[in-house]
Amino acid sequence: MIEIDRVTKIFTGRGAPFKALDDVSVTIRENEFFTLLGPSGCGKTTLLRVIAGFEAPTKGQVTLEGKDLVALPPHKRPVNTVFQSYALFPHMTVAQNIGFGLEMQDRPKAEVKKTVDEMLDLVRMTEMADRKTSEISGGQQQRVALARALAPRPRVLLLDEPLSALDFKLRKDMQIELKRLQSETGITFIFVTHDQEEALTMSDRIAVMNAGEIRQIGGPRDIYDHPAERFVADFIGDTNFLTVDLEAVEGEGATVRFASGEALQVRAPESGATTGKVTLAIRPEHASLTAPEGAVLRGVLENIVYFGTDTHYHITLDAGDRFVLREQNQPDQTQARSIGDAVGVHVPVSVGQVLRD
Amino acid sequence: MAKGFDIRRQTGFTTIALSCFVVLYLPIILLVVYSFNAGDSIAFWEGFSWRWYQSAWANEQVQDATIRSVVIATWAMVISTICAVLAALATTRQGKYRGSGFVFALINQPLMVPEIVTAVALLIFFAMIKVATGYTGLFYLILAHSAFCIPFAYMPIRARLQGMDLSLEQAAMDLYASPWRVFRRVTLPQLWPGILAGAMLAFVISLDDVVITEFVKSAGQDTLPTYMLGQIRRVVTPEVNAISTALLAISVVMVLAFFFLSRSRK
Repeated sequence: MIEIDRVTKIFTGRGAPFKALDDVSVTIRENEFFTLLGPSGCGKTTLLRVIAGFEAPTKGQVTLEGKDLVALPPHKRPVNTVFQSYALFPHMTVAQNIGFGLEMQDRPKAEVKKTVDEMLDLVRMTEMADRKTSEISGGQQQRVALARALAPRPRVLLLDEPLSALDFKLRKDMQIELKRLQSETGITFIFVTHDQEEALTMSDRIAVMNAGEIRQIGGPRDIYDHPAERFVADFIGDTNFLTVDLEAVEGEGATVRFASGEALQVRAPESGATTGKVTLAIRPEHASLTAPEGAVLRGVLENIVYFGTDTHYHITLDAGDRFVLREQNQPDQTQARSIGDAVGVHVPVSVGQVLRD
Repeated sequence: MAKGFDIRRQTGFTTIALSCFVVLYLPIILLVVYSFNAGDSIAFWEGFSWRWYQSAWANEQVQDATIRSVVIATWAMVISTICAVLAALATTRQGKYRGSGFVFALINQPLMVPEIVTAVALLIFFAMIKVATGYTGLFYLILAHSAFCIPFAYMPIRARLQGMDLSLEQAAMDLYASPWRVFRRVTLPQLWPGILAGAMLAFVISLDDVVITEFVKSAGQDTLPTYMLGQIRRVVTPEVNAISTALLAISVVMVLAFFFLSRSRK
């Protein structure tokens, strides 16, 4: 639906030119909740502003259903934005804010009123219709900003870290709310965030960005279970990184050999090495504790940290690496292990992921 | 407990502050007081009376000069404020471009060039046009006043524009507003306090001008300040005090009006 084709954006100003987007290509599908995830300065907001029309790409193409967007000024693009600061018009009421886009499209008054009422209802703000935007809370402002951007029924809704100003509980509620709005309206959402949890809970697909490039695109499970490279594995969740010998690659699978001499079936890298030293990523909750005899990894228990829902075991492996393992707690469980115990780590088949270099 | 530097505790602070206030306000207070003097002197108090206000009010030359001053100031206010809004938009909404600092200096030229130089230059320039066209009306004064009022109108408008959240205008654009509608519906409503401040400043500055007016005016085109200057050269009576006090009152009222207007909009 939206095609971003080899888009590069270089900011020139005082000082050295800055490459905010470096040859980015991605296709966003109809009716998709698509998330751009990355640390600050990775270019995710710039990409959003290029789609909205506030920045012109230095190179590359942006098309919506085959039509070129780059040539159109922002007010002619069928795309609306929810700004990080909400950017509600302070001299208008809640209802006037929501109706602004429709009014600018010169829709008939009756239609504007009807849609505004529907939108107020959709974001549950009907009682607040005649309030000034300064007289409502942050969460309510957020919902008005959302309603204002949704009211003209854009083909695509762009959301620039819209939840970052809200407190924890409100953010949780809004995550569910956003997902509901997306499925009820059927509009394509492009959501920018630096919060990995937000990305995992709401998205159909996620593009992980770093330093102006998209490092990996995939569903939340793909990205979490099978990170393609160290940056992605590190940015999303906790990961153990181990250096291993890659012995063979067969399709999606691969065989690696640990320093302990034990071999294990894991997932092959997306591209790159077929043999030699590689990095293997294993999520802490994907491994479990076992007896040292016959385990693929062996070591000594360094520390046990109780977290309520789960317990973290810090292990120093015989090869010298550190390994963290997480186990779900059960009610009234007594701790069977103690610090200093010799333990083994069990890693199920096809769970470890070899990273591309 | 250690306290930070407090200027109010420095020796001499109170003395200096008080002397400043005395120098600033005592002459004005005396001027106002003597405008109510019953006698002919501006130095000896002979009792309270409204006679100088009555005499000023009845003076046809004063009436004439007042009307002319207000007409010029109103035109100058309107023209300079429109120019200032356009200039402020061009210098804050265009992004940095080559020579933007130079443009800024050009707009503020009247603040930097000595007024007497501008006055002489305008005198010579307008004299040439007067000879060529034969037109000697008020337009020259209106034009001159508009020009030197621009930077005064420009400053508060620019400050307001710079303080505005750019994302509001982007949001309007994003919601299908054409550039003109963005200005009409979002920029302008937010800009009003700045425009009012600029306009009132321009009005007061124009009302008050002596130097340029004195040089540019044709015969019989006295404004209130140049009329007063002419009077003082002859006989000084408390009538001048009365006119000054009236001008002072107008300025104070305008400043207060602006203050409350801008507060109620927040």
